[in-house]
Amino acid sequence: MKTADQTLEEILGLAATHFKVPREKLSADDDFFKTLNIDSLQALDLLTRLENHFKVELPDYELQGVSDFRTLAGRIQSRL
Amino acid sequence: MKQYQGQALSWDVKAGVIELALHREPCNEIGTLVLGELEKFVEALDVLQREAHALILYSVQNPGFCAGADLRELYYGMQGLEKPAAIAGVRDFLERIHRVLNLMDAAPLTTIAAVHGVTFGGGFELALVCDMIIADKMTRFCFPELRLGLVPGFGGIPRLKRDLGNAVVRDLLLTGRSFNATKAQQIGLVSQVVGEGEALRVARATAAQLGKFDQETALAAKKFIKPIPYDELKQEIDLFCELFARPAVEAGLKKFVESTDAHPYLP
Repeated sequence: MKTADQTLEEILGLAATHFKVPREKLSADDDFFKTLNIDSLQALDLLTRLENHFKVELPDYELQGVSDFRTLAGRIQSRL
Repeated sequence: MKQYQGQALSWDVKAGVIELALHREPCNEIGTLVLGELEKFVEALDVLQREAHALILYSVQNPGFCAGADLRELYYGMQGLEKPAAIAGVRDFLERIHRVLNLMDAAPLTTIAAVHGVTFGGGFELALVCDMIIADKMTRFCFPELRLGLVPGFGGIPRLKRDLGNAVVRDLLLTGRSFNATKAQQIGLVSQVVGEGEALRVARATAAQLGKFDQETALAAKKFIKPIPYDELKQEIDLFCELFARPAVEAGLKKFVESTDAHPYLP
C-alpha cells in the first residue's frame, strides 16, 4: 500500500503534468484552485483524473471545503 | 432536412447514421434555444430515420456533454412574474422537453450517447434517453437537483428506475454526488468506457456494427426491452412543479446564479 507521502507526491505530479505547472512550484499546503488557476469544472476534471489514477471512488461531498493538496491526499489515502 | 446547422446543435446523416452534435457554449445548457432546436430535430426525425439505422448524440464542447438545464435562464425568466405564471412557464417547458425526450427514447432506430466530461442534471437525462451510453473515461455524471430543492425534471427518475436498481438510484439522487465513468459502468449505466477523446470514434464503430443487422428485428428487440414509463414521467412533471412553487427553490437558484464559490456544483 502507498504511504501518505507517496500519495501526496503522486497527486502533485499528476496536477503539475496535467495543468502544465512546474512541479517545483507546487507544495503540499498550496490552495490548488489558486496555484493551478483552475475553476470548479477543472477541479472536477482533476478529481476524475485522481479517481482514475488511484482507482478509488471519492464522493465529491467529501471534498467540500478542501482546497489544499495535503488534505486532498488524506481523503484519497483513506480510500486506498 | 438531412443536414441542419443551428445555433445550439447540428445534425447530418452519414452512412446510415444520424450524428446530432451539441455545440452551445459553454456546455450545452438546455434552455429555450436548445429546446427549440431539439424540437426541430424530432420533427425531422420522421424523414431522417428512413435513411438511418442509428443515431449518435455527442457534444463538441470541451467541458463536457451537457451541464443540464439553463438555470440562469430559469432564474432570470421567473423574475417579475407572479408565482402561478412562473409555474405555468416551467410546466410548459417541461411538457415540451418531455415530448422531445420521449420521442427520442422511443425513436425507431438505435440511439447512442457518446459522452465526455460534465454530464449533469438535464444532460444526464438527455443521455439516459439513448439506448446505449459510451463514455470517455473523463466523464462525470451527477444529479445535483436536490441542492436546489428540486428533483430532476427531464425524465431522470423514471428512466433511472427503468435502467438501474432502486438502491443505486436513491444514492445518486439523494446524495447528489457526482461519479465517474468507471462507477457508471459498474452500476450498469454505461455500456462502454473508452479512452479520453475516443467516445465518438467508438460510437461510430458501434453504429456501423448495428447496421449489419436486420432493422426490423433490432426495433422489435428495442421495443421489447425498453418500455417508456409514460405514467411516471407525467408524475415527475407534477412533482417538479409542486416543488418549484416553494420559496426555497428561488433562493437556491439565486444562490447558484450569484455564486462565486469555488465548488458551486457541490451539493
